Amino acid sequence: MTIVTDALNAAHPPEPKPASRRFVRLMRRPELGAITGTIIVFVAFGVTAGNSGLFSMAGIANFLQVSAQLGILAAAVALLMIGGEFDLSLGSMIGFASVTIGLCVTQFGLSIPVSVAIAFVIAIIVGALNGILVVRTRLPSFIVTLAGLFILRGLTLAVTRTITGRTQIPYITDGQEGSFVVWLFGGKFGGPVFAWLASHGVIAARPDGSPMVQGLSMSILWWVLVTAFATWLLVKTRFGNWVFAVGGDDRAARNVGVPVDRVKILLFIGTALSATLFAVIQVLEAGSADTLRGTQKEFQAIIAAVIGGCLLTGGYGSAIGAMFGALIFGTVEMGIFYTGIDTDWFQVFLGSMLLIAVLVNNYVRRKATEAR
Amino acid sequence: MTEPVPLIELRNVTRRFGSVTALRDMSFAAHAGEVHCLLGDNGAGKSTLIKTLSGVHTPSEGQMYVDGKPVTFASPRQALDAGIATVFQDLSMIPLMSITRNFFLGREPVKGWGIAKRFDMKAADAIVYEELARIGINVRDPQQAVGTLSGGERQCVAIARAVYHGARVLILDEPTSALGVHQASIVLRYVAQARQRGLAVIFITHNIHHAYPIGDVFTMLNRGRSLGTFRRSEITEKEVLDMMAGGREIRELQQELERFTKPGSGAEAAAS
Repeated sequence: MTIVTDALNAAHPPEPKPASRRFVRLMRRPELGAITGTIIVFVAFGVTAGNSGLFSMAGIANFLQVSAQLGILAAAVALLMIGGEFDLSLGSMIGFASVTIGLCVTQFGLSIPVSVAIAFVIAIIVGALNGILVVRTRLPSFIVTLAGLFILRGLTLAVTRTITGRTQIPYITDGQEGSFVVWLFGGKFGGPVFAWLASHGVIAARPDGSPMVQGLSMSILWWVLVTAFATWLLVKTRFGNWVFAVGGDDRAARNVGVPVDRVKILLFIGTALSATLFAVIQVLEAGSADTLRGTQKEFQAIIAAVIGGCLLTGGYGSAIGAMFGALIFGTVEMGIFYTGIDTDWFQVFLGSMLLIAVLVNNYVRRKATEAR
Repeated sequence: MTEPVPLIELRNVTRRFGSVTALRDMSFAAHAGEVHCLLGDNGAGKSTLIKTLSGVHTPSEGQMYVDGKPVTFASPRQALDAGIATVFQDLSMIPLMSITRNFFLGREPVKGWGIAKRFDMKAADAIVYEELARIGINVRDPQQAVGTLSGGERQCVAIARAVYHGARVLILDEPTSALGVHQASIVLRYVAQARQRGLAVIFITHNIHHAYPIGDVFTMLNRGRSLGTFRRSEITEKEVLDMMAGGREIRELQQELERFTKPGSGAEAAAS
């Protein structure tokens, strides 16, 4: 066999140096486009909105918070999209979870922690239902969850109006503002650091010496946590390998013994849980629930994931990419506001970004699989 | 010469689908260290035979034996656990995933405990690099996507995967049919190497030019029946071709085409 080996070795160039191999690996990362995009966005707003307050502490806290909320959804959606499916019921799930908490607290007299736990349990059930429907019927998840979008939103409105006569539920956190659970999801962190920075004149302070920005929203911490968890799951675990396989070619995956249906159902549970986390954060930050919470979030999360390098056809993408996709989203949304451009233009920008991202992704995918 | 016990054997197996008999009274045996070629035209029962061997179908009549012991597989997974690995035409590989991820798909090596249990990518990469180097495929990076490999290399990776995960019987479904001459020769070399390592290889093809140089034993199939099993010393390439369903038809076609093709000679042929 040595002859064969030699002949084949001759046909291939010798192993490249590790440095160039690392570079090739880097170029193949799906999130590369989103990171480049983030840099471009920051430079662009640095030039046009440098003095508008976007990059003041308050501005940064603002766009990070907007990005964080979307990013929590985008991480779960990225996983699901890599697994080859969509979840259009995500936005409605947010509204549904919001009023679940609102009704449990204000109508049924349950404590906030119990209500939040109930919302998460319901999310697992809804996610599992979505997943089971998709794998059993073999219908496109696009259609199955589109039905879910309307059913859940309709249920949210109908139930809330029947029970309370209104579509909003206020005073949820009254008297509980200091509780641990409210802080955990709806509070701020880093207060002492900001106080220290303000006392040393690094960031803006009020006349009494306390900082203008009291801390960062807990949602930012959740964003980082959820993204880190999703990335670890995707890159480091067997489950992650199965997610790529299921999205890449579910028949091939089944042939080698991957539990395809279980993987898909778990991914749908993941998106429903992320929607509920989003809802819990919003409800406990604002102290109220609204039946229209989360409208259009399903599309925004898909856009963030696609900007982050996820293919619409599945099998390729990253959770870190989705994080940067969400960051671009939040920065531009706030940036347009700060620069004083009519915010209607945001949607134009969004659509264009999506188009560019899809084209770039297709190109990258072709490059990644090109026979050499 | 006394025959050793075959690794896998079918005795008088019949398989029916409703009123259709796809396989009729089929007997077939594959031995360690031999390449057994299964030849036949489309519809001859090749895929039913493969699927019976690999545990997708169970025989309607007759019995399958592994190491001389009667077995009945309820699923492909059971066949796999018994060391019978099938590389289907689609290879069950995912082009966008890396070689390593594909190689260990469904059988990922893990390290760590509980929540920290994770895919041991470093060890996996090393194994893939070594296994592929052994068959003469020098991958630049085991983390490159399978889609970047050539067709022949991809086929070899799929076979290497089956061998690495403990195959003793290797069933190859048309491994060369979609490949050019050069790519096919890479695969055939690897098949020879697998034979040398003592595997029983069942090589399904309709291309006698790929089968004859590598095969030790040939079984011809036609309309669900075996036309017989021959050792290479007992039969010539031409005889094999003749025995395959297409053999006579191809000769007739050849004669017919000769009458058509030559523009100048058409009139003479008609006159004579």
